Amino acid sequence: MRENATLGIIFSNVHDEQLGVLTEKRTTGSVPFGGRYRLIDFTLSNMVNSGVEDVGIIAKSNYQSLMDHVGNGKDWDLARKRGGLRILPPFGHANSGIYRGRLEALFGAMSFIRHSLSEYVIIADGSLIANMDYEKILAYHEETGADITVVYQKETLNGEIVPDTALLDLDESGRVTGVRLGNQFHGEQNSYLDVCVMKKNLLERLVSDLSSRNLYSFSRDLLQGSVGTLHIQGYEFTGFARKVCSLKSFYASNMELLSQDVRKALFLKERPIYTKVRDEPPARYGLSASASNSFVADGAVIEGRVENSIIFRGVKIGKDAVVKNSIIMQGSTIGEGANLDYVITDKNVLIKDSRILMGFATYPVFIAKGSIV
Amino acid sequence: MFRKKEWIAMLLAGGQGSRLYALTRNLAKPAVPFGGKYRIIDFPLSNCVNSGIDTVGVLTQYQPLVLNDYLGNGEPWDLDRSNGGVHVLPPYQKSSGSDWYRGTANAIYQNINFIDRYQPEYVAILSGDHIYKMDYSKMLRVHKEKGADCTIAVLDVPLEEASRFGIMSADEEGTIYDFEEKPKEPKSTLASMGVYIFSWECLRRYLTEDEADPKSSNDFGKNIIPKMLAAGQKMVAYPFDGYWKDVGTIDSLWEANMDLLNPNVPLVLGDADWKIYSRNPVMTPHFVHPGATVQNSMITEGCEVAGVIDFSVLFAGVTVQQGAIVRDSIVMPGAVIEEGAVVEYAIIGENAVIGKGARVGVRPENIIDKDQWGIAVIAEGVHVGAGAVVAAKAMVDQDIAGEEC
Repeated sequence: MRENATLGIIFSNVHDEQLGVLTEKRTTGSVPFGGRYRLIDFTLSNMVNSGVEDVGIIAKSNYQSLMDHVGNGKDWDLARKRGGLRILPPFGHANSGIYRGRLEALFGAMSFIRHSLSEYVIIADGSLIANMDYEKILAYHEETGADITVVYQKETLNGEIVPDTALLDLDESGRVTGVRLGNQFHGEQNSYLDVCVMKKNLLERLVSDLSSRNLYSFSRDLLQGSVGTLHIQGYEFTGFARKVCSLKSFYASNMELLSQDVRKALFLKERPIYTKVRDEPPARYGLSASASNSFVADGAVIEGRVENSIIFRGVKIGKDAVVKNSIIMQGSTIGEGANLDYVITDKNVLIKDSRILMGFATYPVFIAKGSIV
Repeated sequence: MFRKKEWIAMLLAGGQGSRLYALTRNLAKPAVPFGGKYRIIDFPLSNCVNSGIDTVGVLTQYQPLVLNDYLGNGEPWDLDRSNGGVHVLPPYQKSSGSDWYRGTANAIYQNINFIDRYQPEYVAILSGDHIYKMDYSKMLRVHKEKGADCTIAVLDVPLEEASRFGIMSADEEGTIYDFEEKPKEPKSTLASMGVYIFSWECLRRYLTEDEADPKSSNDFGKNIIPKMLAAGQKMVAYPFDGYWKDVGTIDSLWEANMDLLNPNVPLVLGDADWKIYSRNPVMTPHFVHPGATVQNSMITEGCEVAGVIDFSVLFAGVTVQQGAIVRDSIVMPGAVIEEGAVVEYAIIGENAVIGKGARVGVRPENIIDKDQWGIAVIAEGVHVGAGAVVAAKAMVDQDIAGEEC
């Protein structure tokens, strides 16, 4: 690929409302994930691993933690003179409030997009857990001569409520003939993964055109609205992909990391997932510690028992404590003899000695950032 | 062009570390992996940054590739500066001829131009092969208060070990009146830690004089310090009472790693106000499989553990397969311990493979002749075949064929 031939745009705030407590003080993109990551690390690393070195992250609100996490982009090799990483906070129009949809957000970032000399633009959500090679999507896009290429995954849906779902109807050639939007579907479907590619000048034209008619939704107004007039092509992604769009999917996709196959699909040696470096020492296990089926990050100190859990950086688990089926985020401390089952603790939580907290697989207990139990 | 600096540091990192044998075949001693995710040089480098030194010259000579690569632009230590930062200084060709670094003092002498650019008042001379956490700024304060020309950090060592070190005798004020390099009959127990602060103007003069002396071996301990002392320069001993370990031998390297597992040893890697920085591998958290046992050990990101780990340090990206046992050992980055293999009292080098059912090392209680016992070492990249047996104290630097082959 030509250098900086493609501009990357990442949405960091898309599921803020659905994630509720997790995004009270942060963006969707900066929600901690998998022991040492933030959700946005996957999309950001995909960009870098696919040779996209000019990336804008669209932020809406609560983006302090996001800025703190990505910094100047050096941990993703994006601290560059030519291109590199840019955070795009809301652009204050006199009459604009906060973005209502992705399209409106793109309109706010128009000057950044126009300024780029790239021919193509790849637009992706910062809440998709996947290791995706965008170069293949770009190649497919050029090959099919499509105006827009959208990435989807075949899925069997069971009628569960999944917010912000877009399903694609495709003809035999893979061309999109219809887009259905909603949050409750059944059966074998083609779920849009919120990753798409098009020529940058097409995006500019569509965004200014639609915005002038006060339309703001990317999937409804831009995709659904253009099915008849533009060639929209579907690209099937067959690897592991999960959209994190609710507390439930957050818990489930974390737990899936305990499967070796999932880890192999997500964390590839030649396409690593980068994250902010924290300089923690290796994890330490004490004399009476035990661990099983768990994902444990550096800086953790484990004296008790850990099973089927995700343990983040700098977590301390006291003697005789038992942590099962839980996600313990960065800097939390679990006191001696405490017993946790199906619990999500946000960052810097203190569970005092001998406390007992039990949730259930479909309804894990959530402890807010900095709480003391 | 170069802003004046109050002080800079010169880090001697050219040592071969010949007593680490197989481990330093392809890399200099300061680049030897330590403590799960570090290399030895991370300790003095992090000490510099934490002490407020932002300009460090690293003198390299022996097998510098790994070290150069590791240091890079100094970003992991916050030493990527436009004014100062970390500079790798290998020996170079001059119009007057070219020369290897002949000794520690000569190495500094050959880089007088580098130091002069920053016009420092003081220069800290450090060695790149010790494990310790030390605030050099406190030492500088003492150097200034006492108006010293040279301040030497000293450690109180047991008398029986004193003859391995440079030994200082100092009065109550800390003023040194006697110095002996590795004395047979030590007169004191104050050992030099290889950490010096010099007033640059004074050191510069002595380096130049020393260079002109054809009989000199151009070494700090053997030549510069005794000459300064004899000439009546003000030399001060700065006592240090924290953890300090020379990891120059297989035994001491193994011990220092094991010290990290001992809660009574005052070397804490995790304290937020004196972090040890390192170049981080981009790896996932480590995964402990169902059925694995992990106790009293340090495990770094990227590891996959399915076997038994006890009293061991696992570096980044190590795999320990099902039924394998690792006890009282150090397993360096990327090594693989295959199914059913047993590793005891051993150091496994980077990317080595211990085949199925192989045995490396022996517990001291399982050996009758104690002289035959020692830490077994498997060098970088060596493949120990399935079922092979490696004795205690062995030093393996070539592949060993397995039973089936």
